[in-house]
Amino acid sequence: MLDIAWLIPAFPLLGFVLLVLFGRRLGEPFAGWLATFSAAGAFVSTVLVFFGLAELENAERFHLVKLFTWLDVGSFTVDAGLLVDPLSITMCLFITGVGTLIHLYSVGYMHGDPNFSKFFIYLNLFILSMLLLVLGDNLLLTFLGWEGVGACSYLLISFWFTDEANATAGKKAFVTNRIGDFGYMLAMFLVFVELGSINYDDITTRAGEFGTRSATLIVVLFLLAAAGKSAQLPLFVWLPDAMAGPTPVSALIHAATMVTSGVFLLTRLNPILAEAEVWSTGLIAWVGALTALFAATVAVAQNDIKRVLAYSTVSQLGYLFLAVGVGGYVPAIFHMVTHAFFKALLFLGSGSVIHGLHDEQDMRRMGGLSKLMPITAMTFIVGWLAIAGVPPFSGFWSKDEILLYAWNYDGLGGAAGGKVLWVIGLVTALLTAFYMTRQVILTFFGRTRFFDVRAEEIAAAWDARLEAIDGSILAATEAEEKALAAVEKAREDVAKKEDAVAKAAEKLIAAREAVDASGPATEGYDKLVKALERAEGAVPKAEDGVLKAEEKVMALAQEVEDAAAHHKTLQAARVDLRNSRRSTEMPASHVTARTEAPVLDDELVDHLPDSYRHRQEYHPHESPWTMTLPLLVLALLAAVGGGLNLPFTSDLHFLEHWLEPSLFGHEVHVTASASTKWVLAVIAVLGGLTAIVASFRVYMAAAVDPARIEPEGAARAWYLDETYAGFFGGPGRALFDGMAAFDRGVIDGAVRGVARGTVALAQGMRALQPGFVRSYALGIGLGSVLVMVWFMGRLFV
Amino acid sequence: MEVTATWYLVLSAVLFSMGFVGLLVRRNPLIMFMCIELMLNAVNISFVAFSNALDDIAGRTAVFFVLVVAAAEVVVGLSLVVALMRRRPALSVDDLTSLRG
Repeated sequence: MLDIAWLIPAFPLLGFVLLVLFGRRLGEPFAGWLATFSAAGAFVSTVLVFFGLAELENAERFHLVKLFTWLDVGSFTVDAGLLVDPLSITMCLFITGVGTLIHLYSVGYMHGDPNFSKFFIYLNLFILSMLLLVLGDNLLLTFLGWEGVGACSYLLISFWFTDEANATAGKKAFVTNRIGDFGYMLAMFLVFVELGSINYDDITTRAGEFGTRSATLIVVLFLLAAAGKSAQLPLFVWLPDAMAGPTPVSALIHAATMVTSGVFLLTRLNPILAEAEVWSTGLIAWVGALTALFAATVAVAQNDIKRVLAYSTVSQLGYLFLAVGVGGYVPAIFHMVTHAFFKALLFLGSGSVIHGLHDEQDMRRMGGLSKLMPITAMTFIVGWLAIAGVPPFSGFWSKDEILLYAWNYDGLGGAAGGKVLWVIGLVTALLTAFYMTRQVILTFFGRTRFFDVRAEEIAAAWDARLEAIDGSILAATEAEEKALAAVEKAREDVAKKEDAVAKAAEKLIAAREAVDASGPATEGYDKLVKALERAEGAVPKAEDGVLKAEEKVMALAQEVEDAAAHHKTLQAARVDLRNSRRSTEMPASHVTARTEAPVLDDELVDHLPDSYRHRQEYHPHESPWTMTLPLLVLALLAAVGGGLNLPFTSDLHFLEHWLEPSLFGHEVHVTASASTKWVLAVIAVLGGLTAIVASFRVYMAAAVDPARIEPEGAARAWYLDETYAGFFGGPGRALFDGMAAFDRGVIDGAVRGVARGTVALAQGMRALQPGFVRSYALGIGLGSVLVMVWFMGRLFV
Repeated sequence: MEVTATWYLVLSAVLFSMGFVGLLVRRNPLIMFMCIELMLNAVNISFVAFSNALDDIAGRTAVFFVLVVAAAEVVVGLSLVVALMRRRPALSVDDLTSLRG
């Protein structure tokens, strides 16, 4: 049964190859189904291997399946082989199990994405790499998987790479991980130097051959590697940004599986940890504890639903490191498994929310979704209870176990050091309960704030109103100018008309003179008289025209006055509008009021942008069955997962007995009495419940202004990113510039100098090649003579 | 007067020197070629002389190798010389400087 272990990675490999070849042709949804079935195939084979392993005696549960010889260089031989033991099979079980569920979920989540099949290519490749990581029987094969999952993580974080931010997040994850990988490689080289082999088989059986000093160094270097992959201080900064990827990726890679590989690695190497000095394992515990606390404080102030979970993941991974550091490998694996269940559940739940709300991720705009998305809400609540440590949900059992081991710790700093770790762990647990309750309330309870107007929409509405009034002011100005021009024209008209009157008068005088000059007896007298009469008639007509024109001027002047008045009114209205905007525009926190809807005045509503109206027509909906089914299964697992390792009697320590062969007796045994255990558990539960109640008081009853407990610094991760950017952008940049200058000047200079020297030498040598055959012959002759003289000299001296 | 190996060696040295000087002072490739042959055969004489004096067959064997190599050389060398002379009848080796560095 164990020899079919090769089937476990073979299924996702087959799925990957088929999808690469035919994925695009299969299209949606068949590419997704193919990927899901290949993951499910891996799960079924893992289960078969699991039963095969369970049949064996404890001592035999360490089975090597050699596939082929990978590298063979002198004494350095690496097989591509699989190590089947309880640890690797436990990892495989939840990787393939949770992986299958997330594949299924992705079929629904990625619906309509233009790169649907590409997504599943990456997912299957990821499952393959992850399985190689945990199943590899040597450090190099694990490293292959280690790099493989890193590459898949990069590809999937920047899956929607047309958005610059996503591409940057992918690069950040990759580059940060390189630092850890550097530690991995150095540690691997050191293992080979010390042992002459990098097989786990040799490492576990011959760990005693490591000197204490080199074992310590190896542990510290592997801690660096694990801190990179598992997002611990100081290398955790990539994980929150990794949330740029699709949510199933966050659930699978950045919560359940890949980020636990650091813990897996340290657990796998427990014989080396046992050889190392106490401070190095203590360092692991402290890195974990501080990361757990740090990330938990940051999670309290996050508003993005996925970022809360991201920091929560960092925090929970800190717990795993704490557990490994204090020698509690079983609680580490236990919590890793339960965490995989409930954190995958929470991520998938948040994905369902995001899916149902049209890609809305800000919790300030959620609320009241329990009615709209009942299944998501119900399963999310199970996940919340599990992570908050409420008995009897799974998280309680595993977290309590870790706290117990921390209490029991007696290494770095003696027993007091253990107590400090316990306090840090407990405070982290309380913060976890607090921020997870906050998230559940903000997302699923309270008022539905999704339809609320948003700060930027209000601003847009004000802008629209101001723009409208600016438009009418412009129109008024134009009208005023036009009226002024018309008045001017009318005035000119009056002047013209007055000219006409003068002309008519002149004509009249001329006509009169003409009549007077000629007598009635004269010829044409009648004509002249008639002209005189006409001239007499024209004058009053012209005068009439002047009057009319003047009336027109008066009317137009009135119009100008009206236009100016209108203009003035509009100007005043604009000033009023600006003032009222300044005084009434709601700050963002009012817009997102948790208990009462923001009140809007009607004028503003008419000017709100289309996005507001579209949202009113949108109905948040429950996700399709492909998404809710994984939620339900994971909720069940998150609820009962604690059954793996119940603390009451030794018979119930299933996981501990199961993992025994992989730990070689390096698991620390808790010496605390039963009553101490009970007291610790009660303290943890009461503390957790207090935190939950406090969170309800703040976020449900609105008894305290949340702004007071969500410091700005926490929202920005205590400025760690800025510090890194400032450091590497400032002195770091200068250092690298200096190194670049050194490279150009000294390294490249040496290379170029050698080239120039060679050319100069060759130029000199040209003289020796004149092309005359006879001079060559002379050279040969003289040379022979010299050789001969030398021989003779040796002969006779 | 007994003819000893020294006589042969002197003869060989004289022939070799003539060949060498000829190689250096003449410009006709054919003559230079003949000078090389002269030098080779001068060496052959010394080989045989030593072989005889020391009663060792190795010297004579070497002569055969030299002859074979010389024959091969003649084949290549003469064909080159003929090809060159055909193109430029009044040829001097000093004109052949296309390999100058």
